[in-house]
Amino acid sequence: MTKVTMTVNGKEVSADVEDRTLLTDYLREHIGLTGTHVGCDTSQCGACVVHVDGKAVKSCTMLAAQAAGKSVTTIEGLANGHDLHPMQQAFNDNHALQCGFCTPGMIMTAVDMVNRLGNDLDEDTIRHELEGNICRCTGYHNIVKAIKDAAGKMASA
Amino acid sequence: MGAQGIGARVARKEDRRFITGKGRYTDDIKMHGMTHAAFVRSPHAHAKVNGLNADAALAMPGVHAVLTGDQLVGDGVGNLICGWMIHSKDGTPMKMGAYRALEHERVRHVGQAVAVVVADTDEQARDAAAAVEVDYEELPAVIDPLEARKPGAPQLHPEAENNTIYEWEIGEQAATEAAISSAAHVTKLHLTNNRLVPNAMEPRSAVANFDEAEDHYTLYTTSQNPHVARLVLSAFYNIAPEHKLRVIAPDVGGGFGSKIYIYPEEMVCLWASKRVGRPVKWTADRSEAFVTDAHGRDHVTSAEMAFDANNRITGFKVNTLANLGAYMSLFSSSVPTYLYATLLSGQYNIPNIYCTVDTVYTNTVPVDAYRGAGRPEATYVVERMIETAARELGISPAELRRINFIREFPHQTPVIMAYDAGDYDASLSAAMAAIDYDGFPARRSAAEARGKLRGIGMAAYIEACGIAPSAAVGSLGAGVGLWESAEVRVNPVGTIEILTGSHSHGQGHETTFAQLVSERFGLPIDNVQIVHGDTDKVQFGMGTYGSRSGAVGMSAIVKALDKVEAKAKKIAAHLLESAESDIVIENGEVKVAGTDKSLGWHEVCLSAYTAHNLPEGMEPGLKEGAFYDPTNFTFPAGTYICEVEVDPETGVTTIIDFVAADDFGNIINPMIVEGQVHGGITQGIGQAMLEHAVYDEGGQLVSASYMDYTMPRADDVPSYKVSTTVTVCPGNPLGIKGCGEAGAIGSPPAVINAITDAIGNNDLSMPATPQAVWAALNSMKAAAE
Repeated sequence: MTKVTMTVNGKEVSADVEDRTLLTDYLREHIGLTGTHVGCDTSQCGACVVHVDGKAVKSCTMLAAQAAGKSVTTIEGLANGHDLHPMQQAFNDNHALQCGFCTPGMIMTAVDMVNRLGNDLDEDTIRHELEGNICRCTGYHNIVKAIKDAAGKMASA
Repeated sequence: MGAQGIGARVARKEDRRFITGKGRYTDDIKMHGMTHAAFVRSPHAHAKVNGLNADAALAMPGVHAVLTGDQLVGDGVGNLICGWMIHSKDGTPMKMGAYRALEHERVRHVGQAVAVVVADTDEQARDAAAAVEVDYEELPAVIDPLEARKPGAPQLHPEAENNTIYEWEIGEQAATEAAISSAAHVTKLHLTNNRLVPNAMEPRSAVANFDEAEDHYTLYTTSQNPHVARLVLSAFYNIAPEHKLRVIAPDVGGGFGSKIYIYPEEMVCLWASKRVGRPVKWTADRSEAFVTDAHGRDHVTSAEMAFDANNRITGFKVNTLANLGAYMSLFSSSVPTYLYATLLSGQYNIPNIYCTVDTVYTNTVPVDAYRGAGRPEATYVVERMIETAARELGISPAELRRINFIREFPHQTPVIMAYDAGDYDASLSAAMAAIDYDGFPARRSAAEARGKLRGIGMAAYIEACGIAPSAAVGSLGAGVGLWESAEVRVNPVGTIEILTGSHSHGQGHETTFAQLVSERFGLPIDNVQIVHGDTDKVQFGMGTYGSRSGAVGMSAIVKALDKVEAKAKKIAAHLLESAESDIVIENGEVKVAGTDKSLGWHEVCLSAYTAHNLPEGMEPGLKEGAFYDPTNFTFPAGTYICEVEVDPETGVTTIIDFVAADDFGNIINPMIVEGQVHGGITQGIGQAMLEHAVYDEGGQLVSASYMDYTMPRADDVPSYKVSTTVTVCPGNPLGIKGCGEAGAIGSPPAVINAITDAIGNNDLSMPATPQAVWAALNSMKAAAE
């Protein structure tokens, strides 16, 4: 067991965990933030994407200990109080979610995509960048629309 | 219509919790004192279980118990069941082999559970499960359904000789065979419908608790139908009587059919929680889901379609072998029979149809309904046949379809279904216009100049939804009725709760069901709460599958709203001293038509509850319930057209364009409907080009993770062009047909018709991977050389 401390959504958190504990389990079981989801066991599905020190990371493929001392943002930390992040709002406006299970990881990936590639994203780029996030419900059509929509709005934000 | 009424593109109320990470899925739930379960599963496809040693596991930290199948039997827990009786041609009932939640004698597929470990943490349970020693004696396994029927094949169940479950038929054999033998032209095809894994993104999970003080069980489960789960767990599995069992399906991350069934895991968690005296949680990891979630499809079919000299279909004969896996899952028997063969008329006026369906056991995961459930299989056969026939007859695929379309309704097919309303020409024309079908030859030439092969393929599908009239399905062998229930509770201040037996696991009911109230009374949808998924709150329900929540679930709500409206009008008439027939409810007001006498909606509601001045003899309150039993199936139909471009060097196929022109009857929320179609098409493209649940000869599922089972990703599919035409469904109050499965039904044949058109070789199976397409292209070249 190791005491692992990090900043999550701006707050310092600590938990005593087994060394093999994944970042996903640290967040879900030990910190109580269940918005980050587990959809697979081979790092394909992307439901677990969070930001670590500003970069999108699949939290199922990172040990909690590896994130010690770092700054983690989960889906719960994206909104500003009651005000939704433009990407969250765009997902709602464009019906980019159905069951909602892939949605947290999808949104975190989308925000990172805009952070890295800018505000004028074309469809091919968006679809290629989403290769690490699987959705079974929406068929991706509206997710692509939402990301395009939010990317434009994040420019002026 | 109104901004939030029927037909409005209302954004979803429920999104807030999902986009902020506050959804409450079963694995998110924690109970005080909760333990974790891990299952010990067979690594063999077929084996005797000669013994089990849990000593090492029991000694490990945090372990409460290691429980086995003989203990389950000893406690009087029942076996899993198939709830739909099917009889063979000779009148004998289907051969249902014993299906135990924990097998202590003989396992029949890789992944079948033999024991469960309960421990304080998930890690401890898994570690201990790995330490349980099971003495397996391997038996020969049979994987291929054709091999399974041969004399001498390993027998899975003593009840089923040659592993045959039933040999069923429908239609007229003699007349159909006569039509075929006298035909001007016969098209023949041998087709496989590839085995799939539904793969909802949320793995299955259960949290079970036996409360000793209350002598009462609670189960949180990833279910599409919590009431059916409660019924089966009590009446068949003998876990607890219904009144001592509460089943809650909270937020559920997708189902597509795979979460209809009541699986071993949730049953065992309930039973274990009483045994260990603590709540028990289990959540599948994805590899576990691959070998425990019911698979879909897996048909082998040969078919013959007969045409007269005018290119009219005169007969259609279909022989199908369906693989049901190692055990009969809950609805498995109905999928390749009443949900499949009854759609073999397609959109066409076919006078003679004969279909045989044989089902077989193999040492594979059980197969049951998966999005479309029998209808994708039927549509694939019909639409591959008709497209192939068009090519053989040298007439355009659109023309051959038009010649054969049903044009008069109602239309009685030779296979039970009576289609109520439709306009198949309209969808075909809409789809052809949307894809610029006439411009295709030029696009094909242009691609050819670049060294690429273009193809275009269509599929005109029809399906039967809104399952189903209870008496009808009862007479066909179903063990349950397929009505739906609703209760409309109007609160004293005028807000409304709708308690529905439907369940939403992505379909947007919290918004669309509220739209019905907005339409009826002019209330904002924020004043309407939809309550679903809890057997303590909603008394009865049959759940969500088979595209029934609109046609059946909403119809029940409409009936209850009718009763509420009638009572509210009686109260208002009394208070406003006018005739009931003069009362109008709109925009949150209750008024006497043509006057300025009115009351606010909330005033009428308050009057119902204060009961200070109600009509003579009227009970206080404003709460009404209804059950709705459909009078017929509904028949969504449409045309899908797919245009592809194949790179002959690599076999890589790109979908250039995909259009869908659907007729879903009346539409409550077009945005929701489009989303259902997008998702369904993507699953259908997955079946056609990417997905395949593959077993090796020894019965190992070699495609048992997302590394090996190819799920469609965003860059595998294009954006779609979807549109709708409307012929109102005459069978239910809202005129709705349903839309949840259509996308997965119409798309596989459209895609394969397109690829075979591109490469000029009709001999191509699903999934049409680059390797398969390249091989089909090159076998043509080799044959030509």
